[in-house]
Amino acid sequence: MSRAATTASESRSLHRFANPARFLRAADAVYPWALAGLVVSLGIGLFLALFASPPDYQQGDTVRIMYVHVPSAWMALFVYASMAAGSASYLIWRHPLGVITAKAAAPVGAAFTFLALATGSLWGKPMWGTWWVWDARLTSVLILFFLYLGYIALMNAFENAERGQKAASLLCLVGVINLPIIKFSVDWWNTLHQPASVSRIGTPAIHESMLWPLGLMALAFTLYFIVVLILRTKSEMLNARLRALGVADLGGR
Amino acid sequence: MTRKRRRLHVALLGLLSLGTATALVLTAFEDNLVFFVSPTKIAEEGLEPDRYVRIGGLVEEGSVQQLEGNRVLFRVTDLAHAIPVTYDGILPDLFREGQGVVAQGSIGADGEIFVAREVLARHDENYMPAEVAEALQASGQWRPESGQPPPR
Repeated sequence: MSRAATTASESRSLHRFANPARFLRAADAVYPWALAGLVVSLGIGLFLALFASPPDYQQGDTVRIMYVHVPSAWMALFVYASMAAGSASYLIWRHPLGVITAKAAAPVGAAFTFLALATGSLWGKPMWGTWWVWDARLTSVLILFFLYLGYIALMNAFENAERGQKAASLLCLVGVINLPIIKFSVDWWNTLHQPASVSRIGTPAIHESMLWPLGLMALAFTLYFIVVLILRTKSEMLNARLRALGVADLGGR
Repeated sequence: MTRKRRRLHVALLGLLSLGTATALVLTAFEDNLVFFVSPTKIAEEGLEPDRYVRIGGLVEEGSVQQLEGNRVLFRVTDLAHAIPVTYDGILPDLFREGQGVVAQGSIGADGEIFVAREVLARHDENYMPAEVAEALQASGQWRPESGQPPPR
C-alpha cells in the first residue's frame, strides 16, 4: 500500500492535520469534553425547549418542533460541507483521512437530513395545512438527502475500495452546488417555507427566550456529530488497517 | 507536487463551471421554480381562465367573509394589488387576516374571482411569546396586519 508513504510525506502546513496519528491524538483529547458537553447541552436544551420556553404567539406549542427541526437542518448542511472538505482533500492531495472522515460522517448527515425532512413534514401539516409541497426549499433538501444516500451507495458499490472512494468523493464535491441553493432558496424564489430567522442580516427574528434553547440544541447536535464522527472514524481506520493486513472484512462495511 | 497543483486547478475549474451551469439553468427555469405568483404579477400579465396557478400574499385585513356552508371569500394582497378568492373547505390553523397565504386554483368563469382548490397558510420568520407580541401591539410599535416585521 502506498498509503503509508503518502501520509508520511505530509507533515508541513495545514496538511499536518490530515495525519492519521495526529488525528487520533487530537480525537482522544477532544472526545471526553465533547461527550460531557453533549450531555449537558442536550439536557438543558431539551428542558428549555420542551418545558421552560414560552409558546409562540401564532403557533402555540407547535413551535417546539423548531428546536429539533432547525438544528437538524443546520447539521444536514454542515455535515455535507465538512464531507465535501474531506473529499476535496482526498481527491486533490490524496489524504486518506479526508475520505475516511467523510465516509464516517455520511450516515450521520443522512440521518440529520431525514430528521429535518420528517420534523418539517410534521410541522407543516398543522401550520401550513400540508405534509409536503414541491417548493424550492423542500425539494432542494430532499435532493441533499438523495446525495447522502448516493454517496453511501457509491462508496460501497465497488469491489475495489479505492474506486468507490474516488467515485463517491467526486459525487460529494459535485453536490456542493446544492448547499447555496438550499440556503438561499427562500430568498431567491417564492417558497412556502419562510425565510431564515437566525442567520440573516440584522438581529435574529426569534425572541431571546426561544433563541437560547435553539442555540443549546444546535450546540448539542454539533457535539453529537463530533462524538459519533470520532467513534466512526476510529473504527473505519481500524477496518482499513485490517484490510491492508489482508484480513477479511469482519465488521461489515 | 505539480500533479497535486494540477488536481487542485482541475477541481476549482470544475466547480466553477458547474456553478455557472447551475446558475444559468436555475435562471432559465426561474418561472417554474417559484412556488407562487404575486397578485401584482397577475394584475400585470393577466390569467387565462383555465390555467392552474398558485397565488400568494397576505390575507387582506377585514376581507374574510363566511358564505353559505364552508365557503369563504377573502382577498389575497401584496399591498399593491389584491385578488378576491373563494374557497370551499377547511382552512389551516394559521389562516387569519394579515397572515401569509398561498391559494392554489384558477380564475373563475367570471374572470374576476379566483376559485381556490387548496389553501395553505404561510408563516413568517418571526417567533416570540404571546406576551411580547401583545406588548408590541399595545404600545403601537407593531401592527401585524401591515405586513411589516415587528421592531427590534
